[in-house]
Amino acid sequence: MKYLIQKFCTLIITLFIVSFLAFAAFQLIGDPTTAMLGTNATPEQIAELQHTLGLDRPLLVRYGEWLLHFLQGDMGVSYSYNLPVADMVGEKLPITFILTMMAFALTVVVSIPLGILTARREGGVLDQAMTVLDQVVMSIPPFFIGILLTCVFGLILHLFQPGNFDAVRGHPLQYLGFMLFPALSIAIPRIAMTVKMLRSSILEQMGQDYIRTGYSRGLDKSGVLWRHALRNALIPVVTFIAVSVAEMVAGSIVIEQVFSIPGIGRLLLASIANRDFPVVQAIVVILALWVVVVNFIADVLYQCIDPRIRLN
Amino acid sequence: MKKKQYSEQKKNWFLYVGGAITIVMAALIVLGYFWTPYDPGAMDAACKGAPPSLAHIMGTDNFGRDIFSRVLQGAGMTFFIAVCVVAIGAVCGTVIGGLTGYFGGWGDEALMRVCDAITAFPSILLALVVIAVLGPGKWNVIWVLGILFIPSFARIVRGEFVKCKNLNYIRSARLMGAGHVRIMVRHILPNALPVLLPAISIGFNNAVLAEASMSFLGVGVSPTEPSLGRMLSDGQSYLLRGLPWYALFVGFTIVLLILGFSLLSEGLQQRRRR
Amino acid sequence: MLDVIDLKVRFLSRPEKYAVDGVSFHMDDGEILGLVGESGSGKSVTAMAISGLLPRRKTECSGSILLDGQEMLNADRDAVRRIQGKDLSVVFQEPMTSLDPVVRIGRQVEESLRIHTKLDAAARKAAALKAMAEAELPDPEQLYRKYPHELSGGMLQRVMIAAAIVSGPKLLLADEPTTALDVTIQAQILELLKKINRERGMGILFISHNLNVVRKLCSRVAVMHKGRIVETGAAEDVFHHPRDPYTQRLIAAIPSRDKRLR
Repeated sequence: MKYLIQKFCTLIITLFIVSFLAFAAFQLIGDPTTAMLGTNATPEQIAELQHTLGLDRPLLVRYGEWLLHFLQGDMGVSYSYNLPVADMVGEKLPITFILTMMAFALTVVVSIPLGILTARREGGVLDQAMTVLDQVVMSIPPFFIGILLTCVFGLILHLFQPGNFDAVRGHPLQYLGFMLFPALSIAIPRIAMTVKMLRSSILEQMGQDYIRTGYSRGLDKSGVLWRHALRNALIPVVTFIAVSVAEMVAGSIVIEQVFSIPGIGRLLLASIANRDFPVVQAIVVILALWVVVVNFIADVLYQCIDPRIRLN
Repeated sequence: MKKKQYSEQKKNWFLYVGGAITIVMAALIVLGYFWTPYDPGAMDAACKGAPPSLAHIMGTDNFGRDIFSRVLQGAGMTFFIAVCVVAIGAVCGTVIGGLTGYFGGWGDEALMRVCDAITAFPSILLALVVIAVLGPGKWNVIWVLGILFIPSFARIVRGEFVKCKNLNYIRSARLMGAGHVRIMVRHILPNALPVLLPAISIGFNNAVLAEASMSFLGVGVSPTEPSLGRMLSDGQSYLLRGLPWYALFVGFTIVLLILGFSLLSEGLQQRRRR
Repeated sequence: MLDVIDLKVRFLSRPEKYAVDGVSFHMDDGEILGLVGESGSGKSVTAMAISGLLPRRKTECSGSILLDGQEMLNADRDAVRRIQGKDLSVVFQEPMTSLDPVVRIGRQVEESLRIHTKLDAAARKAAALKAMAEAELPDPEQLYRKYPHELSGGMLQRVMIAAAIVSGPKLLLADEPTTALDVTIQAQILELLKKINRERGMGILFISHNLNVVRKLCSRVAVMHKGRIVETGAAEDVFHHPRDPYTQRLIAAIPSRDKRLR
């Protein structure tokens, strides 16, 4: 319990720091007035706009105000669209969330059985083939996997219509079918990494003394694997998968671009291009929140698997 | 060392193949700095979108530019950025990690917390945000990625320094009157190299990936500069218009660059384990 | 009860050398036999061969190991597994690493019951608590729910002993069980093994490099050197009148103050 409270406090502090940095960075460097008024605006015009936007007050005051509003769901107004940021983000967020969660589910569902299988067949044909395949797949950037998938499944096999996200909106099954390919693009390199990691983690545990103890009690190889080695082997893998979720959030930004999915990533890129800082700021803070919460969940899980953590 | 007889039984293929790919790619890139078959910017209106042939081994793009020449130049840019990024990350990371690991104390604690916070977030996401503020461009990408790469190196080097500083031979070196700088540089740093080398190799791998992703998104190098990521993004739009080799050749070039480094780091790690 | 006949073991990575080179000995029911030798003498490999824990792909064994007349060496794997943990238990040298760090003590103590019997959870727990009490672990109920990292090395070795005796084996293989422990705890563990041997009539094959420890515990001693048994006999006999030159050197190597005290 003490461990969790401690972790929770770090979570809150990290969020404060990240949100402040995100806020400060855009406030200090990114003056939006020139973007909004054009380069030939008079100093008076700029000053007036700065005043209406509240940019002439101290940074900390503005941060406090912004944070208060943010917590109440008011994320400000987009400079370029004049729409509430909360509405814009709220519309896109579920899309990216589904994409990331699909990629995450694929990674867990595929890589854990594969990792166990390759570890059990250590040195066998399957294991050696997987080791080489792993190394190659890890080297393919997700966006190129996306392009290859588009090429093979979209253009040659016609299993989905590349770029046509609007056609599947509102049809749950087709929606998931469409999202499968971008999710795969994000998941495939992660699957390769997780398989490799789980395999070496299991093999390392299988060499430990307590495995010999298991054998001495009459367990066979699967017995020691399932009863003892696996749980120990999963400890580092859980951390790795948590980091993966963070990387998948970043990966989805790129993959949304490849598959023209109107998620949070596309909105982020468009807002960066338009220097629409309230939107960028809100997205950064939301993604940070996401990443931090995932790390917190990982810490909780970690504690469930590894009793040694509870005391330290 | 004592297990030498085993290590000779099994050849370290990862190291050989990775080294070979990296050397070939590096040679092509160096060649690309001095000579390319065509001017990468020259548009040949007579053969727009030509498929691969003897004249244009990777074909031409929609403007009739030779893809191979452009790939050479783009790979050169990616490689240059990766080298700079890794150099910044490795040098600063080694200095910071070495100092904090050797001296310890509250500075060590504080820096490691900062490193934890930075590594918790995907570097591409952070880089995107900074580029959003600073604007795109080669040097901005290098500085941003370089700084974001420091924590991973600092952590590794710090670990080795913490491990080594209490070993007996370091203590005896200190008793013999060796100064801190001498101990760190002459005695501990060589011990950190076996872990630093694979880390540098993985760093290259990640730097190439990060730069390519950012340029792919259009927030990397500026549009006038050649870049594999941007070419892939251009190529993608011609995937549907009968120019598939554009994206494929560019993509596989990125894969080969990354594969070389990733095999190399795997091989280096295997060699260390033996 | 246990007969080892002309046991030869070599590792395929070093085929030119036999780690165990023609070892034969016999153990009676309820006997404590000490197997002594320096590191590399083949005593641990012998123990591993008897317990069936040598990796079959990496070793080559010949000879015969009979436990109550049943062949253990190169026998069918399933048949060996039915004996392991039921009729034959092992206590290892490193209690700290020999227990699974993420599984509760109780579950590990009763694991061989889980494998070899059809007892329900309550019966298993009762048996485990009884074995833990017999291993002189304080407050078994509470320990049952603890994890290995919460216990000291001496306590963990008692847990290992409790786990080894829970299924009532005929033979306990103790492979240097006291080497990793403090001297005072060493003595307690030896007393405990003696008590278990007395009360249960369980045979113990005690492997050690420490002649003094063996002498305190065992009735009979076999001395191993370079993969062979060079001398066997009653413990006191071997200690006072060693015949083999290697045993003589071994005894001479014991610090003299120790010899006077004992």
